[in-house]
Amino acid sequence: MGEIQLMKGNEAIAEAAIRAGCDAYFGYPITPQSEILEYLAAANPEKRTGMIVLQAESELAAINMVYGAAAAGKKVMTTSSSPGISLMQEGLSYMAGAQLPGVIVNVVRGGPGLGTIQPSQSDYFQSTKGGGHGDYRLLVLAPASVQEMSDHVKLAFDLAFKYRNPVLILTDGLIGQMMEKVELFDPVPRSKTLPDWAACGKKGRPHNIITSLHLDAYEHEKMNQKLKEKYALMQKNEVRYETYYCEDADYLIVAYGASARISQKTVTLARNRGIKLGLLRPITLFPFPSEAIARLAAQLNGILSVEMSHGQMVEDVLLATRQYPALRVEHFGRFGGVVHTPEEILEAFIKLFIQLN
Amino acid sequence: MESTDIIKPENLVYKRSRLMTEQPLSYCPGCGHGTVTNLIAEVIEELGIESEVIGIAPVGCAVTVYDFIAIDWIGAAHGRATAVATAVKRVLPDRYVFTYQGDGDLAAIGTAETIHACNRGENITIIFVNNGIYGMTGGQMAPTTLEGMKTSTCPYGRDVNMQGPPIDITRMIAVLSGTYYVTRQAVHTPAAVRKTKKALLKAFELQKTNKGVSFIEIVSNCNSGWKMSPVDANRWMEEKMFKIYPLGDIKVDGKMLV
Repeated sequence: MGEIQLMKGNEAIAEAAIRAGCDAYFGYPITPQSEILEYLAAANPEKRTGMIVLQAESELAAINMVYGAAAAGKKVMTTSSSPGISLMQEGLSYMAGAQLPGVIVNVVRGGPGLGTIQPSQSDYFQSTKGGGHGDYRLLVLAPASVQEMSDHVKLAFDLAFKYRNPVLILTDGLIGQMMEKVELFDPVPRSKTLPDWAACGKKGRPHNIITSLHLDAYEHEKMNQKLKEKYALMQKNEVRYETYYCEDADYLIVAYGASARISQKTVTLARNRGIKLGLLRPITLFPFPSEAIARLAAQLNGILSVEMSHGQMVEDVLLATRQYPALRVEHFGRFGGVVHTPEEILEAFIKLFIQLN
Repeated sequence: MESTDIIKPENLVYKRSRLMTEQPLSYCPGCGHGTVTNLIAEVIEELGIESEVIGIAPVGCAVTVYDFIAIDWIGAAHGRATAVATAVKRVLPDRYVFTYQGDGDLAAIGTAETIHACNRGENITIIFVNNGIYGMTGGQMAPTTLEGMKTSTCPYGRDVNMQGPPIDITRMIAVLSGTYYVTRQAVHTPAAVRKTKKALLKAFELQKTNKGVSFIEIVSNCNSGWKMSPVDANRWMEEKMFKIYPLGDIKVDGKMLV
């Protein structure tokens, strides 16, 4: 059994980065995730593992530092919250285009604009549909506990290098700030070798060029085709989700992250009233567990997508159930920094699905 | 005497750098970029560091410089070359890392990254080609465009009341303690080329001593953007550009020269 600690979600991410053998972290302070940079600065990872920690002059600089260290073949991470992640979109597009691995954490707060520092899930579209310019996808993980905040960092690095693609951990101010017991995984040593594609000095091989530029449109189409195939491979191999009371469910909640934690309680409340409600929690948001939802759809009377937003993920749930046009799919969520309660979700569910029947 | 009698190593006065690839340069004929690119290849070859060097290419006329010199390269987003270089040097401190940037890249969109990389004293070389115009996008106003100079986005000449005066970013970064060697050179005459080469050699060698940023501005012509012949462009550069951007060392061994 690994070392057990009581930690904030943000601290778990920082500690997990050191333990995952991360070579470098570049970040810029923003609430509600500044504890990550603070933890890393205090933990002195340069002494512990040789990991570099540098506070950048902006999120723009931070993501381009991530781009640079990734291009040099290193394991690199940055973290931010919604407004900062918006600033990073150009860099993420370049990383996807140049096929660079890297881990990015978004501890989401309410938007748009400066919004609020309270938790939200309103960055779903930006995270799962690309975010920056061009045809690309990030592989998106959605932790729902402090334990997963730690575990997903290690998983994210593995996936980033497996696919040479940036991996986004999409969490929120609630999971980032709450404290829970976490079992930390044993440290992985930092890699002593660099990948053969890295721009790190061409000793003993032809020179490497890391770029996302192909001035010839036909060349660029070929590169895009490669990306498209890579994203299809992720959809085939990397879908992760968890089900809760789904076997006999007549109704289903689909929710990720903090909303999934809250919806677990809603399921219990509904079952106490004799309503057979289940929960499907996507762990990967891209690739989305569409097939798992479609398989359940045959037995269901309705699906409620619960998200702290106006209703973004509900579009993917609708797409997943398009073979069942008669199946009602609705959205519920508080937004703008307000966190819904299990009772509010149940009330909305009953109003939308039970009272109408 | 046959020509083969002359072709001997001891008679060789100039040769193409081994590091230059077969790819034809994409720069306009008469432009200083070709000379600068060639000098970088020569310097890296002479220092014998081709296996340990990583170049950061910009967005601008030198966007495809990675096709011309056979070393490892990273193409950066517009303006972000010094942030990229910072990270590469931090994770690979024993390598030689340099950026190759134009005035729009380094002194407009990338101003923050330039200043903060210099302020942190990153142990990198910044090569800054200043031709007072956006060349690649077709001759728009740059932060370094001279007062009264006509470009496609200031067709009646740069009005300093509207657009501010040309920025001298090289002097700005020279006052920061993180810069160790700051110089301004040109490549329009053989003598200037030799001086620039010396400056480049010094800049790369300084990376061994971990003293901070070495920054080389190269004032260059843009005959296409300026709409002049190469000869006229060089004359105009000497008369107008050198007045605002005078050549010579600005900071040596960490000390400002008055």
